[in-house]
Amino acid sequence: MSATTAPPPGQPAGDPPASLLSGTGTSRTGDRLFAAATRGSSALVVVLVALTGAFLLWKALPALQKDDVNFLTSRVWQPAGEPPRFGIAALLWTTVLSAAFALLLAVPVSVGVALFLTHYAPRRLARPLAYLVDLLAAVPSIIYGLWGAYVLGPVIAGVDSPPRKALETVLGWVPLFEKTGVARGNVFLASVVLAIMILPIITAISREVFEQVPVANIEAALALGATRWETIRVSVLPFGRPGVISASMLGLGRALGETIAVTIILSQPSSLDRFKLSIFYGGETFASKIANNASEFSTPQKTGAYIAAGLVLFLVTFAVNAVARVFITRRGEV
Amino acid sequence: MAKRIDVSGLDVFYGDFKAVEDVSLTVEPRSVTAFIGPSGCGKSTLLRTLNRMHEVLPGGRVIGKVTLDDEDLYGDDVDPVAVRRIVGMVFQRPNPFPTMSIYDNVAAGLRLNGVKKKALLDDVVERSLKQANLWKEVQDRLRKPGSSLSGGQQQRLCIARAVAVEPAVLLMDEPCSALDPISTLAIEDLVQELKERYTIIIVTHNMQQAARVSDRTAFFTIAGAGKPGRLVEIGDTAEVFSRPTEKATEDYITGRFG
Amino acid sequence: MATATIEAPASGPGSVHSSLHRSARSRKARDRLATLVVLLCLLLAMIPLAWILWTVLSRGAGLLGDAHWWTNSQRGITARRVGGGAYHAIVGTLLMALVTAVISVPIALGTAIYLVEYGRGTFARAVTFMVDVLTGIPSIVAALFVYALWVTTFGFQRVAFAVSLALVLLMIPVVVRSTEEMLRLVPRDLREASYALGVPRWKTIVKVVLPTAFSGIVTGIMLGLARVMGETAPLLILGPYTTSINMNIFHGNMAALPTFINQDRNQALQPALDRVWSAALTLIIIVMVLSLAGRAVSRLGSVKK
Repeated sequence: MSATTAPPPGQPAGDPPASLLSGTGTSRTGDRLFAAATRGSSALVVVLVALTGAFLLWKALPALQKDDVNFLTSRVWQPAGEPPRFGIAALLWTTVLSAAFALLLAVPVSVGVALFLTHYAPRRLARPLAYLVDLLAAVPSIIYGLWGAYVLGPVIAGVDSPPRKALETVLGWVPLFEKTGVARGNVFLASVVLAIMILPIITAISREVFEQVPVANIEAALALGATRWETIRVSVLPFGRPGVISASMLGLGRALGETIAVTIILSQPSSLDRFKLSIFYGGETFASKIANNASEFSTPQKTGAYIAAGLVLFLVTFAVNAVARVFITRRGEV
Repeated sequence: MAKRIDVSGLDVFYGDFKAVEDVSLTVEPRSVTAFIGPSGCGKSTLLRTLNRMHEVLPGGRVIGKVTLDDEDLYGDDVDPVAVRRIVGMVFQRPNPFPTMSIYDNVAAGLRLNGVKKKALLDDVVERSLKQANLWKEVQDRLRKPGSSLSGGQQQRLCIARAVAVEPAVLLMDEPCSALDPISTLAIEDLVQELKERYTIIIVTHNMQQAARVSDRTAFFTIAGAGKPGRLVEIGDTAEVFSRPTEKATEDYITGRFG
Repeated sequence: MATATIEAPASGPGSVHSSLHRSARSRKARDRLATLVVLLCLLLAMIPLAWILWTVLSRGAGLLGDAHWWTNSQRGITARRVGGGAYHAIVGTLLMALVTAVISVPIALGTAIYLVEYGRGTFARAVTFMVDVLTGIPSIVAALFVYALWVTTFGFQRVAFAVSLALVLLMIPVVVRSTEEMLRLVPRDLREASYALGVPRWKTIVKVVLPTAFSGIVTGIMLGLARVMGETAPLLILGPYTTSINMNIFHGNMAALPTFINQDRNQALQPALDRVWSAALTLIIIVMVLSLAGRAVSRLGSVKK
């Protein structure tokens, strides 16, 4: 297909072809081979993603079939038992709670930063500042974990830390903010750290869309005597909304799948503790559960349980990213 | 109500680049003044200084004086945002707010000023659309997005949006350059009606248009690339077109230049 | 306050402007408040960056001045003892990244070239979609997949090469995206000029298009490397830590900076903790230098145009 539509190939000197228009065999073959090679690598990418889903499913199924409790609704995790009993309810809750709360914290700040960089900061300053925000994305997640657990944690998330106490006092009557005895290894701290980790992604994409707001839209508002903030409200934010939503979804995907930072930060409450919905409770996410038990992949059955958890994580992040793409495409069409 | 504009000794800069040099002119209330001249002569730039829109572009600043009924537009405590509320502007390309309905576009200026009463908004929207000769075409679909209109209708929507806040002056920056001849005619007729209420300045490339719509014409030119634009002459349109005092104006009008 | 306030006569019900000097006070106040809020957002974003860098620098800089840090391993060093270096982990991190790059760069380049130069129709759309999926895939899922393939199915050991395989999945999308973006910027005229000289298509791509997009490709590779070097999850699943130097990617345990950090982070003993923070600083330096340099390369490249 593509190779045949290529323009007439060249005529290397000293190698007269039979007809001037038929071209040399070598360059034709070259074109064909090259096209095939690029198509081959593309196919490989497709196959890799398909294989990921397929392999996880294949290796998870036997364990899932033997599972003695409901995989989706049970909070038990005893994959080594005979029969094995494991469910993802608690994992799903902690994963979604930590990621959602992180998103809640990160989106307003990211939008604010993006607005500052695109519509407030002097041009000379905007670029270096954007660079600094991007640097946040270059910090490896294990370092976020260390810093979060040992430096930030005692300040904001310990039992006596002012931010935590304030939240517990004001909102303690809501189950989500119920007081717990869990020291600093709680979802609250994990969410704050996740929020910092996804901030640069959301900021970068929001910045990009805010920069694309047509000058005409902005001038329309200014010419009506709108202040800077009103111009942003009337022209910039409505234009940028789909982009911000898709940026948030990409950030959410990152937060859902983050492994080591969450693994370091979250403490696992003892099995005697009553399960609590609170963000001041500990717990495990899909990723931290798998990471914490990586050394225990001893039997296919046990491994299968963790792979099943990984499969769910794969599907959830897949869905979230797909939603993000929908918004990005829609933005492109407007 | 319509106000008189006085420009004296005005230089306009973008950073170190001098875009317009030493312009002095007067625009009478309730009249239409056309700014004509070759591309790059600074006529749009000058227009933007009359509601301080040039400050939106990086490095935009002026030296000199612009007054609106004797009040200095560039006085120390003058708020550019307030200036733009009194001096409205219509742009080269129609630019309705893409996410807003026709109604919301017209009401946008009032809403920014905190007007919330529905009855009042309804009144102003209807009156403004009527002033813009658009009411008959859109009265049944005020809730449709502004972008659903044709180019000429969109431009009249933008004019309605500008007049809804009752400005004293209306600046029009080549308002017909993106429109077809029929829509252009509609806008030109509209300008004739609007001058009963507002002071209007219109920048145009089209000399017939200047001759048709304006009472007075200002001709600008530029000595060469990188040089600032200058005002060559200003006078009654009929005079400028039939008996230009300057050779440059004559050359331009007769098509020998630009 | 100005004395010469222009009163705009209320000619109609919509007439609300008052003067040149003053927007309605509440509007102005709101505008100021918004400015303050976005500025605060920026400060809020800068605090963790400064704090993290300060933490890692102040706690980790100590050992980096010691030549042993860069030349010795941790072999035979207990948590109680001071000494040893990060050489084993640095070598491991670099080696695994190199293997990852060697495998993923050709695949990624091929894919990007396909998408820009050849790709039309359903297959191209599927490829674009799959690259998007890869961009969003959590590293632990990539690691589990390789585990399911490498260990469970093939019955191989957990070795550095398996880690690299998982990292390949994470590096490909970064390089594809950045290369694709740059290739699309290469002007059509340039390709056509080459075709008009009778140069075959593949040679045009290799000799004309790729060199023009070179800086973008290098940026993509550097950013991709920065990403995979900072990854920990695949190492946890597939790359057990060791205190010794190992250069064989197909045999035995191999250390890496993240697992070095992870190994000792729970230690209560100061010598081990010092090494954790120094390893963290070493890792952050490598990753940040790569990503900053990557961006610098892309800026240099774009200036030329």
